[in-house]
Parts: sequence; C-alpha cells; structure tokens
Amino acid sequence: MQYSRLVEQIPPSGIRRFFDLLSGQKDIISLGVGEPDFVTPWSIREEAFAALDKGLTSYTANRGLPELRREIAKYLAKYKLRYDPETEILITIGVSEAVDIALRALLNPGDEVIVASPCYVSYQPLVMLAGGQPITLDTSKTKFIPTAGAIAKLITPRTKALFICSPNNPTGTTIPEAELRKIAALVRRHKIFVLSDEVYAEITYSGQHSSIGSLPGLQDQTIVLNGFSKAFAMTGWRVGYVCCPAPLLEQILKLHQYCAICAPIMSQYGALEALRHCQDEAVKMRRSYLQRRNFMLYALAEIGLPVVKPTGSFYVFVDIRRTGLTSEEFALRLLEQEKVAVVPGDAFGAGGEGFVRCCYATELVLLKEALRRIKKFHKNLSVL
Amino acid sequence: MDEILELLRGDARLAPEDIAAMLKKPVKDVRRKIQRLEEDGVIIKYGAIVNPEKDPKQKERVRAIIELGVTPERETGFDTLAERIYKFPQVESVYLISGGYDLQVIIEGRTLKEVAFFVSEKLAPLSGVRSTKTHFVLKKYKEHGIILSGKEKSARLNVTP
Repeated sequence: MQYSRLVEQIPPSGIRRFFDLLSGQKDIISLGVGEPDFVTPWSIREEAFAALDKGLTSYTANRGLPELRREIAKYLAKYKLRYDPETEILITIGVSEAVDIALRALLNPGDEVIVASPCYVSYQPLVMLAGGQPITLDTSKTKFIPTAGAIAKLITPRTKALFICSPNNPTGTTIPEAELRKIAALVRRHKIFVLSDEVYAEITYSGQHSSIGSLPGLQDQTIVLNGFSKAFAMTGWRVGYVCCPAPLLEQILKLHQYCAICAPIMSQYGALEALRHCQDEAVKMRRSYLQRRNFMLYALAEIGLPVVKPTGSFYVFVDIRRTGLTSEEFALRLLEQEKVAVVPGDAFGAGGEGFVRCCYATELVLLKEALRRIKKFHKNLSVL
Repeated sequence: MDEILELLRGDARLAPEDIAAMLKKPVKDVRRKIQRLEEDGVIIKYGAIVNPEKDPKQKERVRAIIELGVTPERETGFDTLAERIYKFPQVESVYLISGGYDLQVIIEGRTLKEVAFFVSEKLAPLSGVRSTKTHFVLKKYKEHGIILSGKEKSARLNVTP
C-alpha cells in the first residue's frame, strides 16, 4: 500500500523513540520529560469543574471564548504586544496546533523557512507538511543563540519566514534583547515573517521576557505562538493561541475551523481562570524552577560536565562531547547503567549532537539522586 | 517571606549545602542566616508533621476544639488567662479570636473522658472563663498547609511529548 509519500518521508519524533525504550522499566529517574512536575493549580481545576457543573459542554466560537481572548490581549500587553482580541487572536489546541495551522496558512510550495536548531521536534516536520522547505540554522556555533549574522547568510529570495523559540526548548537559552533587535532589523528589511514560539515566556530568569513582536514596526510580520501548558502547568488541557495580523489570522482560522473547530470549552474556562487569578502561582512555580536550575548547575559543575547556561525554560543542555560518546550512546548507557533518562540532543535536530537535554522540573530529592548517579556514571567513563 | 525560611518551611531537613546551591549563595552565609533566624526566634523549632490516622499510637487519641468566652482582665487583657491555659501540656494551640467567642483552645487527650475531664475540671473553673463549648475533631485533612493524605503527583509519563 502506498501511503502519503510526504508523510512517509517524515521521521517519527526522536523523543518518542527513546520513550519506547523506557516503557516498562522500573526505578528510573526521568529527566527526559518536557512538562512541569506541578499539578494544575487548584482554582483552575475548580473553574473547569464549575464549567462542567453549569453544563458548559458545547463548542465555543471558532476563535475561542471572547472573554479568554480579551484576557490574553491584556496579558500580552505586559510584553508590549498589542493584539485585537476580536480579530488577531485565535485559541488553539495547544501551541502544537497553532504551529501547524500558522505554517499551512503561510507557506506556498517551495517557500523556505529558516528554523533555528536545535529546536522542538515538530517545527521542521510541520514546515515540510505545509509544503515548505525547512532551512536549518545551526545555533551550536553561536552559543545556541540564533544571530542576525548567521540568519542573514541563509536568506534567499524564497525565504518566507524565520522560526525562533525563546526561552528555548531544548537548550534553555533566551535570545538577548540586543540580538533580537538585530534580527528584527533583518526581518524588516527582507520583509519575511517571524514565527515566535513563546510558550516558555513565563519561565525566564534573566529579567522580563521580550517578544520580537514588540519591537518597533515588527508586529505586522510576527506570528506569536503561546499557550498555557508551561506557565500554568496545564499540559494536558491543550490550550494555546496564535496572534498575528488579522488578514493572516483569517486564513489560519479557516484551517482551525476545519481541523479542530475549537479548543475544549472546559479547558478554555480553566485557562481564563489561570490568567485572571493564577499569576501568583505561576510566579511561585518559576521560583521553584529557578532554585532547581541553580542546584542542577552547581551539581553538574561539581561533576565536571559543562553546560549551556540556561536563562529560561526548565531544561539544561549538557555538553557531553568530552566523554567521547555520541549523545545517543551517552543517553543509552546512562539509562542502562544508572537508570537515569535524559534525551539525546540530536533528537532536536542539527546542533544537538554532543549534548543531552535534562529537564530539572523534578522533585529535589529525585534530582539529587539522579545527579549522584550521573556523577558515578561520569566517573566510570573517565576511568575507561 | 525570606527565601531560606520558605524553603525550610517546605522541608526543614534541607541541608544548608543544598539551599546554598539552590539560591546561589555561599554555604557559610546560609548557615549564618539560619542561625540568626533561630536566635531571633523566627524559627522556633523543627518538628515532623504527622498524620495521626497513620500512627497506631495516636490513632485513638481524641482531639477537641474548645470555644471559650472569657472576661478580660484590666491591665493584661486576655494574655494572663491565655497563658494559664497554654501552659497545660494537653493544650495543642490557643488563639485569640474575634467574633462570637474569645479564645479557641485545641486540646488532645487519650480518651473522650480525659478531654471532658480537662474541660470541666481545669478550663471551666478558671476565673475569667464565662463559657465553654466543646467540639470533637472527627478527622484531620490538612495541617500547616500540608494535605495529610499525601501530595498530589503529576501523572506525567517518563518521556514527553
């Protein structure tokens, strides 16, 4: 049977492949997750119960609940982003759907999208599915920060967009505002779009998050992608949103109508509560991640494993090149010998080889134990 | 609240070394700060939070909340009487309350009789005590911000997404 040739070309997620190795194994400490270790704050859950109680079980407007869009507009103003909740904001099923439909609404066959890599596993496949051509920008040579200089070299007449994610999964880096300004100037000059995944915006440790869309004159060329999963520990609720100029949003909306209709109504009510009353909880969670990040960096320095200094999200990208192992070898052996799961950096594309992603959104006692085991593992490696 | 204090409230057994790493402070400074908190009486004591339901020795014990209506004294107000009450070892906590009554006393005893005896023979006769109302505790769900049945754990998978 011949299935879609396009889909057949796309490799399955490298993270998933690793997941299969793990299933059924016991006593594993996993630093391989990509989500908070907190359960969703109670008042958010309460609001979702209340929504169910009131019988709010229908579809919502395709764009999402108007009051939620209004709250999102207010929230984004904090980052100097001005979006009209009526015409420029669309609630999606997580950021994942937002990435997919934004790319499909934007690209024509052969259009190039420069994707800063290593990056979240879905960007490149979704560019391909949208008929575009992902052009990899390997950020490993610039401390995992996409620089205007490196981007400029990749721009061609077919370049349609640039895809960035800051704070970054998997590297934990954030693009400094000065660099963001240079990138913005480049984007303006070449009249391309920027897709900016800002789902980790609330988990920034180096001052306030800055969105490229907030820079002068750039909002018309920016597609902001964001959601509730990371900031409010709501991964399973599947609520995200996309913000962009109204004419483009009209196109994106058509795809959303046909493929999703709307995000689940009870999840949307939960998200509304998150923005209205749970900012304090988000701050508390960020503080807890920061404490664990500091702990992690201290322990890794003691072990003698260099890292990319993380300034956001809840990942640390550990440099394992000096061990002489590939990312995959390192991760597999660490799993076999010490039962600690990390994700090989190459799962996140070009530039990730030689690194492993460790998520520190895990209870401190487990984190300590995992680091003790990594220390032992690393010591044995050095002996060999 | 001070961040060190907050961490210790969450887990009193956190080692100063770990706190230092988490807050990016020298261990020496963390130790000194904790010592100061102890000396200043900000940290009074370190104890375990126990779920009485799970401890066979405590399971049968009886707890009661007693509402006391009292007449405050000239000069010292409620304090003298409160002190006379909280010095009893059976008394777990004492609060001065606004509203329908004055002092809330939480006591613990081995049996119902023991608690009843304490109220009628020790508390009620104290001069200044006008009235008592005893409520027996049936079950404890949460204490010091901690849910006794255990913390909720995220159901996340080992590798996601």
